[in-house]
Amino acid sequence: MNLAATGMAAAVAIAVLTALLAVVVRTRTSVVGVGTALTGVAAVVAGAAALAGGSFSVVLPGVLPLSGVSLTLDPLGGLFVAVTGGVAVAAGIYSMSYADTPDLRARGVRVALPLFVVAMVLVPAAANVGTLLVCWELMALTSLVLVVAEHRRGPQVASAGRWYAVMTHLGFVSVLIGLMLFVAHTGDDSFAAMREAGRHLSPAVAGVVFVATLVGFASKAGIVPLHAWLPRAHPEAPSHVSALMSAAMVNLGVYGLVRVGVDLLGGGAAWWWLLVLALGAVSAVYGILQAAMSSDLKRLLGQSTTENMGLVLIGVGAAGLFASSGDRALAALALTAALVHVVGHAAFKTVLFLAAGSVLHATGSRDLDALGGLRPVMPVTTAAFGVGALAASALPPGTAFVSEWLLLQALIHGLPAGGVAAAIAMPVAVAAVALTAGLAVATFVKAFGVGFLAKPRSEAVAGAHESPFTMLAAMGIAAVVCVVLALWPAGILPAVQAAAGGVAVSGDVTLRLNQATGALSPLLLTLGLVAAVAVVAAVMRAAVARRVRREARLWDCGGGPMSARMEYTATSFAEPLQRVFDDVVQPELDVDVSHHEESRYLVQAVEYRRKVPDRIERRLYQPVLSVITAWGRAGRGLAPGSVHRYLGYGFYAVCGVLLLLAVTR
Amino acid sequence: MSALGVIGGVVQPVLIVAGSPLLVGLMRQVRARLEGRAGAGVGQPWRDLRKLLRKERIAPRGTSEVFRFAPLVLVATTLVVAVVVPFVATESALDPVADLFAVVALLALGAVALALAGLDTGTAFGGMGASREMTILALVEPTLLVAIFALSVRVGSTNLGAIVSSTLHDPARVISPVSLLAAVALIVVIVAETGRIPVDNPSTHLELTMVHEAMVLEHAGPDLALVELASAMRLSVFLGLLANLFVPWGIATEATPLALLIGVLALVVKVGVLGGLLAAGEVFVAKLRLFRVPELLAGSFLLALLAVAASFFLA
Amino acid sequence: MLSLWRKIRRTGRVAESAPPLPDGERPERAVVLGGSVQIRHVDAGSCNGCEVEIGSAFGPVYDGERYGARLVASPRHADALLVTGVVTRNMAEPLRRTFDAVPAPKLVVAVGDCARDCGVFAGAYGVAGAVRDIVPVDVEIPGCPPRPEAIVEGLRKLTGR
Ligand code: SF4
Repeated sequence: MNLAATGMAAAVAIAVLTALLAVVVRTRTSVVGVGTALTGVAAVVAGAAALAGGSFSVVLPGVLPLSGVSLTLDPLGGLFVAVTGGVAVAAGIYSMSYADTPDLRARGVRVALPLFVVAMVLVPAAANVGTLLVCWELMALTSLVLVVAEHRRGPQVASAGRWYAVMTHLGFVSVLIGLMLFVAHTGDDSFAAMREAGRHLSPAVAGVVFVATLVGFASKAGIVPLHAWLPRAHPEAPSHVSALMSAAMVNLGVYGLVRVGVDLLGGGAAWWWLLVLALGAVSAVYGILQAAMSSDLKRLLGQSTTENMGLVLIGVGAAGLFASSGDRALAALALTAALVHVVGHAAFKTVLFLAAGSVLHATGSRDLDALGGLRPVMPVTTAAFGVGALAASALPPGTAFVSEWLLLQALIHGLPAGGVAAAIAMPVAVAAVALTAGLAVATFVKAFGVGFLAKPRSEAVAGAHESPFTMLAAMGIAAVVCVVLALWPAGILPAVQAAAGGVAVSGDVTLRLNQATGALSPLLLTLGLVAAVAVVAAVMRAAVARRVRREARLWDCGGGPMSARMEYTATSFAEPLQRVFDDVVQPELDVDVSHHEESRYLVQAVEYRRKVPDRIERRLYQPVLSVITAWGRAGRGLAPGSVHRYLGYGFYAVCGVLLLLAVTR
Repeated sequence: MSALGVIGGVVQPVLIVAGSPLLVGLMRQVRARLEGRAGAGVGQPWRDLRKLLRKERIAPRGTSEVFRFAPLVLVATTLVVAVVVPFVATESALDPVADLFAVVALLALGAVALALAGLDTGTAFGGMGASREMTILALVEPTLLVAIFALSVRVGSTNLGAIVSSTLHDPARVISPVSLLAAVALIVVIVAETGRIPVDNPSTHLELTMVHEAMVLEHAGPDLALVELASAMRLSVFLGLLANLFVPWGIATEATPLALLIGVLALVVKVGVLGGLLAAGEVFVAKLRLFRVPELLAGSFLLALLAVAASFFLA
Repeated sequence: MLSLWRKIRRTGRVAESAPPLPDGERPERAVVLGGSVQIRHVDAGSCNGCEVEIGSAFGPVYDGERYGARLVASPRHADALLVTGVVTRNMAEPLRRTFDAVPAPKLVVAVGDCARDCGVFAGAYGVAGAVRDIVPVDVEIPGCPPRPEAIVEGLRKLTGR
């Protein structure tokens, strides 16, 4: 048994043990948290070992009927296992005190947490279709339990759970159909055999397999138009679960796509990847646009997950496109960019969700319009969220800046290489990435500036307090990882490139592209920035005559005092953007003006309501939902509750079957 | 790190810090003369800065360190850009930072710091300015990046030194459709980014029409001096970037005193002429309504996209 | 656009040549400012006659800006307050707050007879007093309304240019 195998075994053993313990005895929440974190540690070890070259495989034929369990950890899987493990460490530690509420102490919830983590760890290690599907389903079910854990909070939690359950299972069915079709043509459900046979599939079959699995995997990754569950489930889930789902689970959609499309099917046609790229571009822009309008902190983060997965898909799509035109080096660069973004996104989204959870814990609110003024009362949480927001907004020194730089490099160098398809796709992709980057800046300035700075906008915030130590520690760990990734991306490059299957970027302090000219050094950039700040500060100290700051009241035009209601809120912050993108988001505005009894000319109150509905959702899902509802209503007529009627149905059904048999035989 | 790069890295920031208030003075003077006024003289911005440094520091109640550090960060980002971008010499002191994307992102970082400071005050004006600034930034970013894309495709690199040197060696490129389209797109976004008419009016007194000014209404004394210096520096950095991306001639390619002197003079002349033209142009247009600005920016975005298309189909 | 250009060319420079520097002592704190005075205008209750004259003092003909004075939008940016009109009851507190918002060293210029000694409004029921009753005044510019030359002259005492 090598290190990777030991790590995997340990992860599974710890998780199952924790779950069993939670079933059998009334364990404390902290025990489950520690168990989950240890599972994560084991997974990180296993993943890192696999990335370093120590892959392993085991086949356990007896565990599952039909195909048995078959596990292999190669570098690609190892990367996702390690990322999942890392998120689980932070989430586990965080849950030690966060999950100490009546709702989250429920036995089912305590059991589900470690099982959810281990399912996510096993998915990238699955080496046959049976194992993959079982783990996939286990992941879906355990996460569903966790999403609805706080169902007592209101009906919206149950509704989110329903959306999640339906969408995730439709996705599962889609993956199932695709893989079954694939297996039907290969005759063996082990990935090794499928990899061999995948290259000889007819283009039509391969195309159908790809599209079917793409639909399933894209729905897991929250890609537009299959994203509808994501902005519902992520905000309603407990925050450490949101972190696990948003930073680890959605990645597995990308993993599935790369595994099936690139690995098993061996690349395929250019249109596959153009489709992926287009989906990615639409998701990135649409996701961040929705996030920019959102005033619910966790919903905003969920929508930003759609955006980030979109960016990843742009990279994956570009990689596939380059590979299909034979440019392996560029393909490796694009895939590296995508995977670096996966890692970076996992890190900063963990910080952001955990910090949002900390805010929720302290204030009971996640409505940005009611937050603000958290800086004095929750300094650590504010700092952590600040680090995460900087990382998420593609500004230096942040992680997303590095990965988006790599992505843009791949796209720029792909233009001359790829023919007319690339000539159209690349500029559009760059435009999408650029628009996303700009809107992401606005979004996270809003989230941080309105949510944490300024003055409290409600009573609840004024009485807030900093969270307990374990929560802060979890945020701290994730924030440190964010900073390290931002300053020294070369640290994960060997691992990522092992997973991407090609070395496109090298360097230590400075990242250099191997096949093209281009270099970037986040560390030097940051050092330069720090040095510049120091120089300016020193010069100011020397030049300024009066050092003491006089405290003065805020400039309120001499009137005042200014109440918190006069502050800009998240809604008002986003208003100009909402106007600019009016045609895309189509907000619903509602202005009610009521007048005094005595005179119509005197305004008594003005009420302003704004809702930014998800337009894609309304266009695509509403019709389907109404058809299903209509169908259900029609079906209800068949079930009046009369036993005779039901016996009659049985009788006619049997007759029908017999008739059918008589005719066909 | 070459000798030329190091010298450039020292000369450029000094030149930009010393020269950008003069540029603002020059632009005000040009405007004043066109309006029939006498003007306060080219040195007035420096006098303003000297006075601001002598004034008292103010900490508005309820603001955090974000408010206090924002001006520092704003100046620092611009200073780093002034060090790395090839303004006077083709080589950069920190070559791995002299990437167009990095430079654009650094400048955006400065704007973000100021917007956060605006939000941190918790006044209605601060929030309003931050919101507007971020809206404009979100729309400017795509145009900038796509225009950069168009310029770097033909060079095969986003490194600024590489782009400038390649233009030096192949002058015909300057009048290609790609360059012209990208140049127009860049000019529009530079006007928007530096807060000039018709996007923003730097000398407005109406809070409701402000963008940049509204964010800094709370800054006083030395903090305000930093903000004013930084916005002047940003203006010269953007104009210098525009000048050297399209008309790099005169820039020093070797580390001799004469070449460097010519490089400095060329930069001063180019930026001065561009600034003068910009100021003169401002006399002829009125400020746009805030919600007309996106149309302008969308137009420039289309131009940038056209430039990319041209770079592929005309190559 | 062309017609505007032609007009600019035809009009040329309208600013009058600068009169000699006014004598009379300069407030001590104005010397520190070194030829740059940012001004925040406060209307404490004027009839707007003074505002019209301030407007023309900064117009092309008198061009107050050439002496280093500039109107700004926030008292935080200002060195001097330019107060017009009698201080009404409602404006007394805002005026005090505006004065407080200005970072030191700061100066106050009272423009017009109302600002100096309540002018025609002296004794009216809504009047809290002249500007000097509310905040310390450094320079007073008499006139109802004062001529733009007088305003420019008063400002030049601050800028020293
Ligand atoms: S001084 Fe004369 S012009 Fe000025 S406010 Fe008083 S009444 Fe009006």
